[in-house]
Amino acid sequence: MTFLNYLLSGISLGSIYAIIALGYTMVYGIAKMLNFAHGDVIMVGAYICFFAVSRFALPPLVGVLAAMAVCTVLGILVERLAYKPLRAAPSLAVLITAIGVSYFLQNGAQLLWTPNPKVFSSVVGTGRLALFGGQLTVSYVTITTIVSCIVIMVALTLFTGNTKMGKAMRACSEDKGAAQLMGINVNSTISVTFAIGSGLAAIAGVLLCSAYPNLVPTTGSMPGIKAFTAAVFGGIGSIPGAFLGGLLLGVIEIFAKAYISTQLSDAVVFAVLIVVLLVKPTGLLGKQIREKV
Amino acid sequence: MLSVENIHVYYGNIHALKGISFEVNEREIVALIGANGAGKSTTLQTISGIMHPRSGKISFLGEDITHTDGYKLPAKGLAQVPEGRRIFLQMTVMENLEMGAYIQKGKVPEEDFENVFAHFPRLKERRGQIAGTLSGGEQQMLAMGRALMSHPKLLMLDEPSMGLAPILVEEIFNIIQEFHAAGATILLVEQNAEMALQIADRAYVLESGAIALSGTGAELAESDEIKKAYLGG
Repeated sequence: MTFLNYLLSGISLGSIYAIIALGYTMVYGIAKMLNFAHGDVIMVGAYICFFAVSRFALPPLVGVLAAMAVCTVLGILVERLAYKPLRAAPSLAVLITAIGVSYFLQNGAQLLWTPNPKVFSSVVGTGRLALFGGQLTVSYVTITTIVSCIVIMVALTLFTGNTKMGKAMRACSEDKGAAQLMGINVNSTISVTFAIGSGLAAIAGVLLCSAYPNLVPTTGSMPGIKAFTAAVFGGIGSIPGAFLGGLLLGVIEIFAKAYISTQLSDAVVFAVLIVVLLVKPTGLLGKQIREKV
Repeated sequence: MLSVENIHVYYGNIHALKGISFEVNEREIVALIGANGAGKSTTLQTISGIMHPRSGKISFLGEDITHTDGYKLPAKGLAQVPEGRRIFLQMTVMENLEMGAYIQKGKVPEEDFENVFAHFPRLKERRGQIAGTLSGGEQQMLAMGRALMSHPKLLMLDEPSMGLAPILVEEIFNIIQEFHAAGATILLVEQNAEMALQIADRAYVLESGAIALSGTGAELAESDEIKKAYLGG
């Protein structure tokens, strides 16, 4: 039963990584940039939900929606102000800008909300569900996290596979010039992608802080890096890849903590990543595009 | 229908188009021919709004489109089959065609797909296939079919024969004539001057960013200069 418990915590943590990784991978797919500020959007989402629920005594669902709304706007603004002017710039310039935005958000949060930790209260309460006559207990947070991740994954798959906007996003991620020739407004498609990714980051922030209640301005940075790793692990640019990469990363991390060493868990995670990339440089589900002439 | 007046286009400091003027009238096939690097593709990209001229004017159906954003042009009736086809390789044939109909509001009518399949029966057989797995000729057909989906008033084709076997080139050119017979106006950019001049009503010869010669397709095909430079005679 302890094994099952570890597995469930792994899947739960992995679900959070997966939701964050989806934002990374979608933005990478379409804008071909690594948005290192993505992790900090998570933190902003968590703060917004915290203030809505703890200070203004709003219902948790309203807090989550407020966090999503603020993060969506934040994502669009960051793209417009920081990344859009660099559309034609070398990718290194964009990467450095993204790191700059990341620090800007962290420092902004320190200034606005002080570096003192806030105790985030779980949006779904702290109850636990007992299974197998109490041998296995699962917290509501774990259940909510896993269910949210599955719902998001299914919704995104349907969106990119079946809607006009979703298909336009895939077209832009493959060839912006050709997409423009079809009449697709590439800039607004990129904005929509940032909006979706940032809205998801808000959900990830709330779920993360519901499971690990210590909220500080740097809360998002480590999960952000892990989720980026997950996206690369699964194959950056691939939506199912982000999902798979996130889940595997979470499970490996928890198992490494449980069976190897708490201190070494991150090292184990990254060692696995290195091995996977050595064997399959495009990540688990990353596609190597074969072109015919 | 389309008029290009004295456009100058630069890539950084490189003066790529040095005052080009030409026009395409309704129901014509007009060809732009010339060697590699003469500025043919740059001309098409400038008309499509991917690049903008530093000076000069482009108008389409009486409207000034010199500085219009490229993505707004398909809705005005301008479609381009780009050089190298540029189909969406990871999407299916049907999805590629749907992208071609992006400017249409609501569901794409079934007749539009059928119209494309009438020209290209092979695409119908492969409708569910991922475009990257098509052969080169099929990809060119898909690129042309995709452009038809927007019901263009002017169809611009950039090097449709590039990289294709001679028999396929023949087929592609037959289809261009089919489009024309069905009422389309066509601007054709080609390195294969011989084929282009056979079907063109009028043609312009580009040389290092300027128009060196112009005339009807038949006149140019007979001209000594053209024969020497482009037709290997």
